[in-house]
Amino acid sequence: MHANKGNDIIHQWLQQHQLTPFAFQEQAWQAILNGQSGLINAPTGCGKTYSVFLGALMQFIQFNPTNWETQKNNGLQLLWITPLRALAKDIGRAMEEVIEQLGLQWKVAIRNGDTSTADRAKQKKQMPEVLIITPESLHLLLTQKNYPSYFNSLKILAVDEWHELMGSKRGVQTELAISRIANCAMQLQVWGISATIGNLTEAKDVLLAPLKIAGTIIKADIDKPINVHTIIPDEIDKYPWAGHLGIKLAHTLIPIIAESKTTLIFINTRGMSETWYQTLLTVAPELAGAIALHHGSIEQELRLWVEEALHTEKLKAVVCTASLDLGVDFRPVDTVIQVGSPKGIARFLQRAGRSGHRPGEISKIYFLPTHSLELVEAAALKSALIEGNVESKNPLLLCFDVLLQYLCTLATGEGFIAKTIYDEVKSTHCFADMQENEWQELLQHITTGGNALQAYDDYKKVEIIDGIYKITSRRIAMRHRMHIGTIVSDAMLKVKFLSGGYIGVIEEYFISRLVPGDVFTLAGRNVELVMIKEMTVLVKKSTAKKSLIPAWMGGRMSLTANLGAVLRRTFSEALTPQAGIELTSLIHLFKLQKELSHIPLHNELLIEQIEDKDGFHLLVYPFEGRQVHEALSAILAYRIGQIQPMSFSISMNDYGFELLSDSPIPVDDSNVRELFSSNHLLQHIQQSINNTEMAKRKFRDIAVIGGLIFQGMPGEKTKARHLQSSASLLFKVFEEFDPQNILLRQAYNEVLEQQMDEVRLRLALQRIEESKIVLRFPKKLTPLSFPIVVDGLNRNNLSSEKLEDRIKKMQQQLS
Amino acid sequence: MNISLLHIIHEQHFWLSAQRSIYWEEQKTMIVSDTHFGKTGHFRKSGIAVPQQVYKEDLQRFFSLATELKPERILVVGDFFHSTNNEEHNLFLRWKNDFNSLQITLIKGNHDILGNTWYENAGIQLIEDFYEIGQFRFQHDPAENDYPLKANSFIFSGHVHPGILIKGIGKQSLRFPCFYFRENQCILPAFSKFSGLALVKPKKQDQVYAIANDNIIKLT
Repeated sequence: MHANKGNDIIHQWLQQHQLTPFAFQEQAWQAILNGQSGLINAPTGCGKTYSVFLGALMQFIQFNPTNWETQKNNGLQLLWITPLRALAKDIGRAMEEVIEQLGLQWKVAIRNGDTSTADRAKQKKQMPEVLIITPESLHLLLTQKNYPSYFNSLKILAVDEWHELMGSKRGVQTELAISRIANCAMQLQVWGISATIGNLTEAKDVLLAPLKIAGTIIKADIDKPINVHTIIPDEIDKYPWAGHLGIKLAHTLIPIIAESKTTLIFINTRGMSETWYQTLLTVAPELAGAIALHHGSIEQELRLWVEEALHTEKLKAVVCTASLDLGVDFRPVDTVIQVGSPKGIARFLQRAGRSGHRPGEISKIYFLPTHSLELVEAAALKSALIEGNVESKNPLLLCFDVLLQYLCTLATGEGFIAKTIYDEVKSTHCFADMQENEWQELLQHITTGGNALQAYDDYKKVEIIDGIYKITSRRIAMRHRMHIGTIVSDAMLKVKFLSGGYIGVIEEYFISRLVPGDVFTLAGRNVELVMIKEMTVLVKKSTAKKSLIPAWMGGRMSLTANLGAVLRRTFSEALTPQAGIELTSLIHLFKLQKELSHIPLHNELLIEQIEDKDGFHLLVYPFEGRQVHEALSAILAYRIGQIQPMSFSISMNDYGFELLSDSPIPVDDSNVRELFSSNHLLQHIQQSINNTEMAKRKFRDIAVIGGLIFQGMPGEKTKARHLQSSASLLFKVFEEFDPQNILLRQAYNEVLEQQMDEVRLRLALQRIEESKIVLRFPKKLTPLSFPIVVDGLNRNNLSSEKLEDRIKKMQQQLS
Repeated sequence: MNISLLHIIHEQHFWLSAQRSIYWEEQKTMIVSDTHFGKTGHFRKSGIAVPQQVYKEDLQRFFSLATELKPERILVVGDFFHSTNNEEHNLFLRWKNDFNSLQITLIKGNHDILGNTWYENAGIQLIEDFYEIGQFRFQHDPAENDYPLKANSFIFSGHVHPGILIKGIGKQSLRFPCFYFRENQCILPAFSKFSGLALVKPKKQDQVYAIANDNIIKLT
């Protein structure tokens, strides 16, 4: 190591505190001192924050060898992007500690939705040396005049938890922000920090694309052993076939919680976490005060309190969602419980890693199945962990909604010159393939509202003044600023007590189905809906025993393809000597499945046809995960609809899907091969996309991000009311009156890329072509079909009948 | 002309069309509700790029009905215009210029917030609360009941944008805009295609006419 004052001083400090750096940290520091950029691959809880942060300090000391202790107001040196607000505080605190002990004059500040206006004003006057920020707030910063000057002095831009951001629209926001800031700073180094994913090199390339350099990957080779325990229900034959709560097993958690120091209980959705929290308190009242609830819709103050209490060992257990997936370690945590399928290997690994942080400790994770078949998933997860088969995250492409929002962001602040920004945007991975005409269309969209200039239209948003695209209307600018945060969520409403007092936020989708007087649970409290007023839900306390649990749309995840493949293999082992504890405990269920129908081997595709009072069910079990099933089911429904006009209601889960019809479905030995053939796939994908609601669902987010849905703002309520419309109405209007609209096209493209991905579907169909197809006609619902029929997600509808004929038929059925 | 369905109330003939209008034969009157003219313009003025084509089509449908039916007057049961003034209103005025003799009466709805002089200049007769022709009353909000009714009155209203959900075997369901007839009341579908639906739950004695594509279908 060559002589370097920064290096020396930091190492002295480490020695004083009896800290021995990991090899990857040393590598990262050296790379930072050499002016490189790259990606650090390290699990949570291994000092990944230090790997970049201490490097930044070394660099500063190196550049200011004589006055590094006294040098104040250096301007922004390190910009730290983090996906979760909750993380910012802990990271900031850790950094401040080091700065203080070293005697530096650096300031650390946090900027996110919770930052007060006073603090914002302070930052505007003098930027701190370290700014910790979310992607949304970073974009908000770009709406300020003079924002380029903030980044003049910037040396390092770090993106924490990049694996979490990449693959989401917030990742695209991050890419765009980097493309802009790289051209504001004199010399910028970009460092990503990521947990292990299947495509680390791609992750690095996406992040560094705007810098046009290759960069380096630094890997922390820290192998922490993971111990997986499956909780097997005592009376497995009585354990439900379907459902997703697992509440019946709540009592089994109490001894685990008691024996551990601190336990994190991961629940897949916010709604279920509410139920679990309540149930644990009912089962073990002695835990009152020692357990807490943590999810993204809970009031921030309470969340912060929970995190604080986790650090200080005040809590025995916390029921949480993905909200605690990321971030700094909670050292006291020694046990993790996963309730329900984690849906992917990477996520399971990450959650397991939240326990046992101290060197030499092992990660302990318990898996609690929420229905019988999830035990099979537990077995599959175990073997996947042994194989180290971790999923990739696919970066998104051509998200025009995010780009539209970004262009308006730039127009709100300094304004922009089209040519400059075009080159920058093209430098990102997301928009590398954007065509010139698409860019022109976007500019048209923000300046003329999509129409060429015409009479009787006073569209107003972005104006071109002396070649600079600018938003001049203060009201539109203000609205746009309000709008930027909406990229994360659907329309969210605030929930407040009538008497005042903020409880949290809730999805409009959920609340729209309630009527005043209905009782629901939020943040562990039962409340009664009084009224919805100006984007706020007013409630009062309720003593009702029964309450509705909100279903947050965000909570639904699909099984990944990797886990799907392992699952198929695991299924084959049922009722064989190779079956592990999970499968053997399900013997009862497998026997019934075998008796009524068939247990599919890994080289078989099982199809069941069942008739009951609901109509005619066709069930197919490819075990490819919900996303692929959604696409496959649409294609199959389309193909059957070509044989004869039919209407289907389609339901699916991670194992298979169901087509339900009011008349017999013509699938048999003679045509089944053809129905699952990979011929004419692309054409049939196109046809079936147009016939389902997939694009409509994608459009929800796009309409919000692209600025078509305005969610209201304080002080302008009455006027905003005339500006509200639902995503489904907008979708209908665009379909009929502006089918070529770029945002509508994006909705279809997102379906094509994310759900109807031709390559993935072709692989799935080719696998089926090589499989044996087993047709069965069970007398009643089988253990495999039950969860799909009873609570499969995402009912889609697809019909090849004439609308008028369908009405007539329905009327006859009624009479 | 597209097919209309006849609905008789108090021996008066009302023709319901899939174009979301009613033609009252005896009075030579066309009845519509919730046209929300200028709604796209209102959105666009605020930087929300909704296609203007939907408004143009609404406007065209409105005036081609006037051409085909040749009503002596048009009754609009509220929410004629969506909000404050914008350029799109001038497009309406240009159309209306070509229909000089057409008498339009607006029974004010909650969205009709243009100043009285605007309506006056546009040649639109403005009625504040409700309007009556014989036994028939026209008021925007069907729930409004501040004013005493005559015996055997029948009320035409709008405001709710009624929609109907029909279900069949195999978890099939469809939803449509509809005309919703109750004992002494009819709620008209929103004329504008840029409007959502509020599902109604008809009772046994109620009658519902659904609008499916270009057809109007009696359901009960």
